[in-house]
Amino acid sequence: MSLVLKNVVKKVGSETHIYDMSVELEDEGFNILLGTTLSGKTSLIQLMAGLEKPTSGEIWFRGKNVTTVAVQKRNVSMVHQQFINYPSWSVFENIASPLKVAGLTRATIDERVGSIAEMLKLTPMLGRNPNELSGGQQQRTALARALVKDSDLILLDEPLANLDYKLREELRDELPKLFTDRGCMVIYATSEPEEALSLGGHTVALHEGQIVQYGNTSKVYRDPENLRAGKVFSNPPINIVPVSMRGGKIHLNDLVSWPATESQKHLDDGDYKMAVRAHHVTPVQPQGHSVNIQGRVLVTELSGSESVAHFELDNQTWISQSHGMHGNNVGDLARFHINIEHCLFFDPAGNRITA
Amino acid sequence: MATKSTNQKAWFFVVPVIILVAFNALIPLMTVVNYSVQETFGNNIFFFEGVKWFEQVLHSERFHASLLRQLSFTGIILAIEIPLGIAIALAMPKKGFWVSVCLVLMALPLLIPWNVVGAMWNIFALPDIGLLGRIINGIGFDYNFTQNPTAAWFTTILMDVWHWTSLVVLLAYAGLSSIPDAYFQAAKIDGAGAWAVFRHIQLPKMKRVLTIAILLRFMDSFMIYTEPFVLTGGGPGNTTTFLSIDLVKIALGQFDLGPAAAMSLIYFLIVLLVCWVFYTLMMKDEAQ
Repeated sequence: MSLVLKNVVKKVGSETHIYDMSVELEDEGFNILLGTTLSGKTSLIQLMAGLEKPTSGEIWFRGKNVTTVAVQKRNVSMVHQQFINYPSWSVFENIASPLKVAGLTRATIDERVGSIAEMLKLTPMLGRNPNELSGGQQQRTALARALVKDSDLILLDEPLANLDYKLREELRDELPKLFTDRGCMVIYATSEPEEALSLGGHTVALHEGQIVQYGNTSKVYRDPENLRAGKVFSNPPINIVPVSMRGGKIHLNDLVSWPATESQKHLDDGDYKMAVRAHHVTPVQPQGHSVNIQGRVLVTELSGSESVAHFELDNQTWISQSHGMHGNNVGDLARFHINIEHCLFFDPAGNRITA
Repeated sequence: MATKSTNQKAWFFVVPVIILVAFNALIPLMTVVNYSVQETFGNNIFFFEGVKWFEQVLHSERFHASLLRQLSFTGIILAIEIPLGIAIALAMPKKGFWVSVCLVLMALPLLIPWNVVGAMWNIFALPDIGLLGRIINGIGFDYNFTQNPTAAWFTTILMDVWHWTSLVVLLAYAGLSSIPDAYFQAAKIDGAGAWAVFRHIQLPKMKRVLTIAILLRFMDSFMIYTEPFVLTGGGPGNTTTFLSIDLVKIALGQFDLGPAAAMSLIYFLIVLLVCWVFYTLMMKDEAQ
């Protein structure tokens, strides 16, 4: 266990940014902080970097208490959402800056900057000024600056958020390769579930300054422990509806019900919240067990390869996501199929109920 | 291919502006041009003189002297106000209650009418009854801005610094507040000191507002009239007779309309030239 938070609390004035947080992060691979804006990602990154000190609690890194160690002495590097480079220096000088501070020789600096620039495809831009470059190249420069020194901890605070779609995907595919075999720990904050899934590693799901779940990224996605983790880790938003279990049948409303499947039999009679991801609510009947519902279409979004429809049933808004083009006219009644094998059940307080 | 349709009626929308500009800029300017190429006598008698007045002004020692005074004055106040303004902006609080207090205090000198500033400093600096004058004399300096040229320059510069440094402060402060926190975090992680942060982050990020500040302060100080006119009246002797004061002396004191008109055009062209240089520099920077 490498980075450990022990009862960390961060208050700024009368506002609490981080509520009593304890977690032990893995040293290997990416550690992703996933949450919406104001979920505490940036506060947490700054605490981990040492830019801020916790109001109470301790932070341990690789067996040492670093709570009060200043950021310069921690050997960390950081990449921000904005493209942060020294404006008056060339790309080369920017990348070389941490090495110069460390007092390395000219030859070593040239060699290290050269190899990092090669890796990040910046070699032709080394002599140029960062503000002459495109956004993607500016962020590559910032990444190179973070990677060039052998940091123990690299923190990335939504590094791709300000890039356009294509550059984001391109850089996202390259990122894991850049960090392998570096012996450093990587913390990566993002608000996008797809980004978390494609980077893998472990995920800390954050909601309003609290950790709602921590674990292997794909496990957090597949098995949310509570409704908030499910909400944080879904795009489009996960459907959450009240259901009840009576006499071996699960009732969605007076008309729609189904006999509990093998994995739902353990539920006692009573009221529950059921969560089902948008891609398990489809206009085409899926294989396996499914029930169908009819709703009034509110909005449809077509992206060519995929269709998203928002529809209303019993004053509840549902979202359906499916492959291909399924155009519905707004206001029409349409039929959707819920894949009941992929429904997750939570108690009224929002905690997951598993067998 | 689509043809571009033109609607001549659009000109009507431009007419009010054309009339306005004509009356407040073009017509007065052309009047000056008219005077600058003629000898003017009473009863509206004029003789065409060509570029004679321009040659006379450009060769006159009086013009050279006031131009030199003007350049020295502008140079000195820029050298004081720009660094001082940046220093004050850096020292100002970044957030909290005191920000607005500081900003209001800073803006106060800018709100005072120029002739009032001159009158205030005139009284303030009088050696016998003025607070400043009494204190300086009390310390042991022989200070009298109505008789001693050095004292007159010192007072004029001090007055301009008091009046206009705020403008530089406000611009520099705006420039500083627009720098994202992330820059300072990055510098902190790199272990950069305060000077390095200033030299490599704050100063380059303020470049644009500082160019504007220098341009504005150049123009205003180069055309300064009211304050020194009220404070020293251009004296003692001619020692604080800056270009605009000299121009008024020629035009209204001696009623030499031709040379005065030629001088104002030369004066205008100098200001225009410097503004153009600044504008070009700024645009070049923007294009990057």
